Amino acid sequence: MFLETLSNLPGVSGDEARVRRAIVEILKDQPLELKCDTMGNLYVRKKGSARDSRVMLTAHMDEVGLMVMAVEKNGHLKFKAVGSLDSRVLVAKRVKVGPDAVPGVIGVKAVHLQKPGERRKPFTEDQLTIDIGASNGEEAEKYVRVSDYVSFDSTFTAMGEGYFRGKAFDDRAGCAVLLELLLDPETPPFDAVFTVQEEIGSRGALVAAYTLQPQRALVLEGTAAADTPGTEREQSGTVLGAGPAISIMDSSVIVDREMLRELVHTAEAAGIPYQYRRFTGADTDAGAIALSREGVKAAVVSVPCRYIHSPHGVMRESDFHHTVALIRAWLQSGTGK
Amino acid sequence: MKEAQLTDILLELSENAGVAGDEEGVVGLAARYFRQYTDRVETDRFGNLIAFKRGEKNGTGEQVSLAVLTHIDEIGAMVTKIEAEGFLRFTSVGGIDPRTLLGQAVVVHGRTPLTGVIGALAPHLLSEKERKKELKMEHLFIDLGLTREQALERLNVGDFISLEQKPLKLPTGCITGKSLDNRAGVAAAIFCAAELAGMKHDADIYFVTTLQEEVGLRGAVTAAYGLAPDLAVAVDVTHGELPGLSSGDVFKLGQGVTIALGPNIHPALSGLLKELAREQRIPYQPEPIPASSSTDAWAAQVSREGIPAALLSIPLRYMHSVVEMLHPDDLTGCGRLLSHFARSVDRRFVEGLACF
Amino acid sequence: MEALMKSLCEAYGPSGEEKEIRALIENAVKDSVDRIYTDNLGNLLAVREGPEPALLLSAHMDEIGVIVTHIDENGFLRIAPVGGVAPHLLLGQRLRFKNGAVGTVYHEKLKELRDLDWSKLYLDLGAGSAAEAKNVAQIGDMACLHQPFDSLNGRYMAKALDDRVGCAILIETARRLAGAPLPQAICFLFSVQEEVGLRGATTAAYSIQPGYGLAVDVTRAGDTPKAPLMEVSLGKGPAIKVKDSSVICSPKVRRFMMEVASQHEIPYQLEVLERGGTDAGAIHLSRGGVPTGALSIPCRYIHTASEMVDAADIQNAVKLLEILCRTSWSEGVS
Repeated sequence: MFLETLSNLPGVSGDEARVRRAIVEILKDQPLELKCDTMGNLYVRKKGSARDSRVMLTAHMDEVGLMVMAVEKNGHLKFKAVGSLDSRVLVAKRVKVGPDAVPGVIGVKAVHLQKPGERRKPFTEDQLTIDIGASNGEEAEKYVRVSDYVSFDSTFTAMGEGYFRGKAFDDRAGCAVLLELLLDPETPPFDAVFTVQEEIGSRGALVAAYTLQPQRALVLEGTAAADTPGTEREQSGTVLGAGPAISIMDSSVIVDREMLRELVHTAEAAGIPYQYRRFTGADTDAGAIALSREGVKAAVVSVPCRYIHSPHGVMRESDFHHTVALIRAWLQSGTGK
Repeated sequence: MKEAQLTDILLELSENAGVAGDEEGVVGLAARYFRQYTDRVETDRFGNLIAFKRGEKNGTGEQVSLAVLTHIDEIGAMVTKIEAEGFLRFTSVGGIDPRTLLGQAVVVHGRTPLTGVIGALAPHLLSEKERKKELKMEHLFIDLGLTREQALERLNVGDFISLEQKPLKLPTGCITGKSLDNRAGVAAAIFCAAELAGMKHDADIYFVTTLQEEVGLRGAVTAAYGLAPDLAVAVDVTHGELPGLSSGDVFKLGQGVTIALGPNIHPALSGLLKELAREQRIPYQPEPIPASSSTDAWAAQVSREGIPAALLSIPLRYMHSVVEMLHPDDLTGCGRLLSHFARSVDRRFVEGLACF
Repeated sequence: MEALMKSLCEAYGPSGEEKEIRALIENAVKDSVDRIYTDNLGNLLAVREGPEPALLLSAHMDEIGVIVTHIDENGFLRIAPVGGVAPHLLLGQRLRFKNGAVGTVYHEKLKELRDLDWSKLYLDLGAGSAAEAKNVAQIGDMACLHQPFDSLNGRYMAKALDDRVGCAILIETARRLAGAPLPQAICFLFSVQEEVGLRGATTAAYSIQPGYGLAVDVTRAGDTPKAPLMEVSLGKGPAIKVKDSSVICSPKVRRFMMEVASQHEIPYQLEVLERGGTDAGAIHLSRGGVPTGALSIPCRYIHTASEMVDAADIQNAVKLLEILCRTSWSEGVS
């Protein structure tokens, strides 16, 4: 399964090469045109009839992670977040450091050693370090370098009845949807871009949209679900199992009203379950794309995922398949031109 | 160019005012130097100064081009209101900590430059509680020694205000003053231009002194779009080491320019810079930047179809204050490294930059 | 002009839903220009042909509003802001949807008013059930403030004066210039999505590639009790912008505007706005840069249901703008 392969790969913003190479590997023998730019965006044109489709589908390859800022004299690594991370999810986690995926842990003072008051406060980023088992800085520098990227060490796995657990579903889920569509002979031609650096401000999408000059764009995402204890339904954003989440607006874009209607009508006509993303915050690549050149009509469809931006997300297999089905039907309906 | 001459240029650049949006004077000064060492000097529609040095084309294919981006603007303030008693209220232009401003000497750029001071009430007049309160820009005012009527004859709402400070060379060799952020970068670019004068290089080189960096990288946005160079290198300042700040965030003065690493930077460019530094024995410090570098390199990288970018930074303490401090060795090192880089890039290098 | 202002202010048009207001403006301005069209994002562009480089005049059509994010089983709606809306200003306020449906906003039980945030607000359409509510509004639908335009003593009070007053000024200017020869082409841009980040002006400026830009919008006033420290007052003339958070206006354009105003004895004020942006912010950074200025109408209570402006400021703004259009910018701005 593509999702499993992609989810397991490290690919923090600016360090997407391993994900990109895996995607190229999957696509290289297909009747597709592949191209790469200097930022690392991967452009894939699904060839078909001669008509110029001018619709662009994107998913971002990068994930949130960390960067090594300094190697301490005692061999510990100081780090900072790349992208938006709640530092509470880092405590007592295992990570992979640098191009050689050197294993390390983010440990904290044992509970026995903490004063009663200390325990009540969450750890902050500057209290945390990565320990690769080096006894001093010199030894550590044999394995890692300042500016190395760090990603969560999590392995994709199936869980419960039809659930997946793994890291980086935001947005390897979108990448996997895009791969399914690219490899499906039934899907009409379109331009796909696997973008870089979404998590630090949709940097890749800015360049990709300028390069391709589409008329319309559909952004595929993994978005936050909060159908969990203690969250009111109206605050849940999205829920698992209710199908693809169609955005109405986020902090970067007001979804084009015509595309919004098309997507809803497509889902209803084809009997594909869908939900609205009932949360209007957070940025996506759609914002950068919509403002490219003379303007691009843009929409966003997401696979709902719980616990995004943490070492382990949870998603529903059915949502993934329904997302593929919705986008395929939308492209087939001809409205996706 | 000798280090002493470079230092003098920096001192001259530093002493002049050039608040973001009002850089004309200091741009003229920089133009005088660039004119000596380049083929053509002009300003673009935004006001950015562009000094062009033609490359010697080698082999086939299009000429490659490199833009060296150094912002010349500085932080400052602007008049928002003239009070009944003649005191001026103001807003900051760029990021200033209001706590650095009490009792600060300023120049208000009215019809003619006006000398003034930012008022600070004597401690005797303040209660203990008042002194502990957060100091905000709206608590501050400028005293020009003028009544409202006199002030209205000489200045207007919207006039720029610069902080007044003569630069100083310390016995240790360090330089202290205002706006070393980023006159240091401009001086390094002038040094590089001087090094390259009379030398052959493949790439066309644009030395761009950008405007309005401090209010949002604005000059770099239009310059990068307008020039559409194949490569961009920004030269700016970074935070110098201070007690209590953690390594990785700050860098030692006098130990070399920093070479930025991270998503803003194309690894082939930082790789070449590091290689050249080692080859030429120019000391450098690696500077990891996990997201935005908040420099002109951040704007250039995503211009048009993407411009591979690099960033060199000169370590500097007390950024955005009038007592900024740097070491001139870092400045010359930066200028030298930049000129070696400019001579090294060619068509083959540029063609190898697409990622697979 | 008052009738025009009334119809524009009372029209529906939150960011991203500008169809109705666009039709209204198109109708009002189309006879005064050579060419009129709508672009991919929904911007309305009305063009007077003439020599290049062209002058781009921009006023935004959109207004702040809310978007429906959830409909509960009892028919209450949950909402999120579109643009800079303060939740407390919506309490008891009436909102209107595109289809004319009206509702009001209130909050869940709160311990203290300062606990108020968007998650505590709901919109009541008078529906008795989810099904009834869904007959009227869907998730993703937007509503704007619902408040009539009032003419006071030489002042106007309405919702959405930000920036329908700018739209009215552009329309009136276009009408006065109709048929007259012009020293430069003029593009009247009625932009979309300004309230969510100058989005319409960003793409429109890219496609028009103007030689010069000028945004017409509202600015804050410092003439109310304990107001922020700002020199601008209602009735002392339109404000020529020096700076806001999105732009430091081209000094050349600003000087040109000041000179023209002085020559024709049109009162004006200078404006430094500490927080807030205008279309000028997007226009001046388009492509290789566009020398851009901004003319602002002083306005109290911006982003409330009762924004207030002075009629004389509007008249003077039209006067100044008309002369500016009849003057050559390539000669004047240097």
